[in-house]
Amino acid sequence: MYGWEFPPSNSGGLGVACYGLTRALVDSGTEVRFVLPRKFPVAQTGATMVFADESSPLDREQARKFSSGYLSEEQHAFLRGKYPELQYGPSLFDEVLRYAALSPLIALQYDADVIHMHDWLSYPAGMAAKEATGTPLVAHVHATEFDRTGFGSVNQAVYDVERRGMYAADKVLAVSEYTKRVIVEQYGISPDKVVVVHNGIDADDAVVGTAAEAELRRLKEAGLSIVLFVGRLTLQKGPDYFLDAARKVIQHRPDTLFVVSGSGDMAKDIIDRAAELGIGDKVLFTGFLREKDLARLYSVSDLVVMPSVSEPFGIVPLESLLNGTPVLISKQSGVAEVIRNSLKTDFWDTDDMTNKIISVLDNPALKQTLAEEGTREARTQVWKKVARRCMMVYEKLAGSLSRV
Amino acid sequence: MSAVCFYFQVHQPRRIKRYRFFDIGNDHEYFNDASEQDTNNARITRKVADKCYLPANEVMLENLRKHPEFKVAYSISGIALEQFEEYTPEVIESFKRLVDTGRVEILSETYHHSLTFLHSPEEFKRQVQLHADKVRELFGVRPYVFRNTELIYRNDIAELVADMGYLGMLAEGAEHLLGWRKPTFVYHAKNDPTFRLLLKHYKLSDDIAFRFSNRDWEEWPLTAPKFAQWVNAHNGDGHIINLFMDYETFGEHQWEDTGIFHFMRALPGEVLKQSDNFFVTPSEALSKYDPVGEVDAPDYVSWADVERDLSAWRSNAIQHDALRALAELEPEVRKSRDETLLRDWRRLSTSDHFYYMCTKWFQDGDVHAYFNPYESPYEAYIAYMNVLNDLRLRVRGGTKATRKRGVWESITHKTKGVLQAINS
Repeated sequence: MYGWEFPPSNSGGLGVACYGLTRALVDSGTEVRFVLPRKFPVAQTGATMVFADESSPLDREQARKFSSGYLSEEQHAFLRGKYPELQYGPSLFDEVLRYAALSPLIALQYDADVIHMHDWLSYPAGMAAKEATGTPLVAHVHATEFDRTGFGSVNQAVYDVERRGMYAADKVLAVSEYTKRVIVEQYGISPDKVVVVHNGIDADDAVVGTAAEAELRRLKEAGLSIVLFVGRLTLQKGPDYFLDAARKVIQHRPDTLFVVSGSGDMAKDIIDRAAELGIGDKVLFTGFLREKDLARLYSVSDLVVMPSVSEPFGIVPLESLLNGTPVLISKQSGVAEVIRNSLKTDFWDTDDMTNKIISVLDNPALKQTLAEEGTREARTQVWKKVARRCMMVYEKLAGSLSRV
Repeated sequence: MSAVCFYFQVHQPRRIKRYRFFDIGNDHEYFNDASEQDTNNARITRKVADKCYLPANEVMLENLRKHPEFKVAYSISGIALEQFEEYTPEVIESFKRLVDTGRVEILSETYHHSLTFLHSPEEFKRQVQLHADKVRELFGVRPYVFRNTELIYRNDIAELVADMGYLGMLAEGAEHLLGWRKPTFVYHAKNDPTFRLLLKHYKLSDDIAFRFSNRDWEEWPLTAPKFAQWVNAHNGDGHIINLFMDYETFGEHQWEDTGIFHFMRALPGEVLKQSDNFFVTPSEALSKYDPVGEVDAPDYVSWADVERDLSAWRSNAIQHDALRALAELEPEVRKSRDETLLRDWRRLSTSDHFYYMCTKWFQDGDVHAYFNPYESPYEAYIAYMNVLNDLRLRVRGGTKATRKRGVWESITHKTKGVLQAINS
């Protein structure tokens, strides 16, 4: 399995998904060797972790070169010939290529039944491994360049790597029907080749908050309702739509507090925008929160809104539900396919969002039913179920299966 | 000897449009969706009339003309009759032709196909009376037998209905009502030997209503001769076979291409081939046969879902809440003496509104989903509660401004300091 990040050294959902899936595969009796581009602290899953920069004594020499940022001229020429689209890329691309250069060696040392690669950053590595060994290849699509840019200005180089990876793969796994449509329509992959495998969440992994932040508790006791946004502050997550809805809700229901948790390239814009809209005193920015703090925030909120412009899956609603808080989610998301006991909206329809937010805050029965039924549903979306579907795909590709 | 009693339920609710918070205080037309969505009542009535009511009535009329022994019964909710008058008057004409044969009985029910027996026996009786008046006005007949919304039955409902002078009523032939006893006899209500009950033969009824087109069913395809044999097999096993079902079975639940109309066209002839088989209407059955025993129903029994109880309309918190909010508004609406307000409130009492809020369908498959014009039970609840809030405003003569809360003003002072502390 080729990945890019892994908890606790992850910046986003990709690492969380890789961890959940790996652990569930191991628990289900599959031997997993998980490859990462470089050495960093990782959570235990029962899988053998392989760090490309220390894969063999022979490579250690090269790794030193990589960490100082240089490839041998020979390697550089080879890789640049192979991936012309990455030639003028920033340093991230260099790292992707270094990873690819090391991967055949790793692949040859280990006799896998299937190679499984996660998102474009590890596609060149996965493809190189397949070329070296002839092992069947699975490309897992957790997000596409279209999601990251909200269908705006797509980076052609990234798109090309994604497309190349999906073509080279024998099967493509999509985290939702929504993402499958993007893969078929935007990347021209045959629908028969794409299998939908929704992400999961394990209750014992999700941090569940008990005591709320003291300050927020005080606000609640004073009669305020709290509506929460969790996610990177980027175009893709739609924080601007959240603010627009906040403004409309506050017009009718002034005793509502909107909390924005996350950081990102739009942070400054979003804070300015709240002030511009004249709701600066009712929008709270927490910055990026981890685990326990975030869990407390979930549990003290009345409703979590995920207004993503394009969300391949979206783990936030599941985390929220495991903390007993109901969710209003964008129809342009994969998670909407698995949580039916939720409110759904088009991200651009902030009138609809407003209507639904007010309904939840004004009607305790609605909040209660959404929370109870939604939580029950979220609890069934476990990684074991996801792993089983992956194993079916592996078995079709490799016959009997034991190693990934 | 087997008597066959056919009864069909005809009902179309007035579905609430997607009524948003912003509409409260501004828009008092709750049922006038003119979009392409399934909350467009005119569109749905037209569609079901063409697929079901008109062609099914044709088949029934043909059968009545061909077989002088054939008889059927209908209950048509007032809210459905109104909409036929409004959108598809030819459906009313078509039912009139059936009633005019003298062999079609119309049953009584609440005008609004409501659950008002739950919270207001007085309103329940008024709605039953409204329905009787409507039936009389349109068809010139008076109903003698009562059929409660979705066959919901309990001892106290029987008492209410008996009190109104009806001969008897229909109920589900559920095991938890009958125990080892068979639904093929006439029974009487608890402690009242004079109030008689006809119980649905749910196996044979559901063979037509639910299983007819199911290819996984070992009896598929169901033909009229085969069904007639099943009827004949009951010979000596009781007096009467009560086949109760939604009329929408014909053409709407079971599409025309399943052969359901051919089946119904052929069935009376096949049943009558056995010379001691015959057809009865509910009032005939109740007069002809004496009750063989008492039915005790301390809990609600209905014909809905596998549970056959009230859970389709009243199981989760949003359903309880919506029913509570509706009931709470009744005294004020009545006090207003405003016919328009009362009419709108009554339209909101229709059971379907609560059925749409049921979350059981997520587990139980798609029966509820098929009949739900909303994206989810929650959307149904939101539209309903917004409408009820608008109605409350109208009843109280309030304006939008009265809705404004003073809460913020009272807490702003206290919270400002805290907010600043967190932000800094």
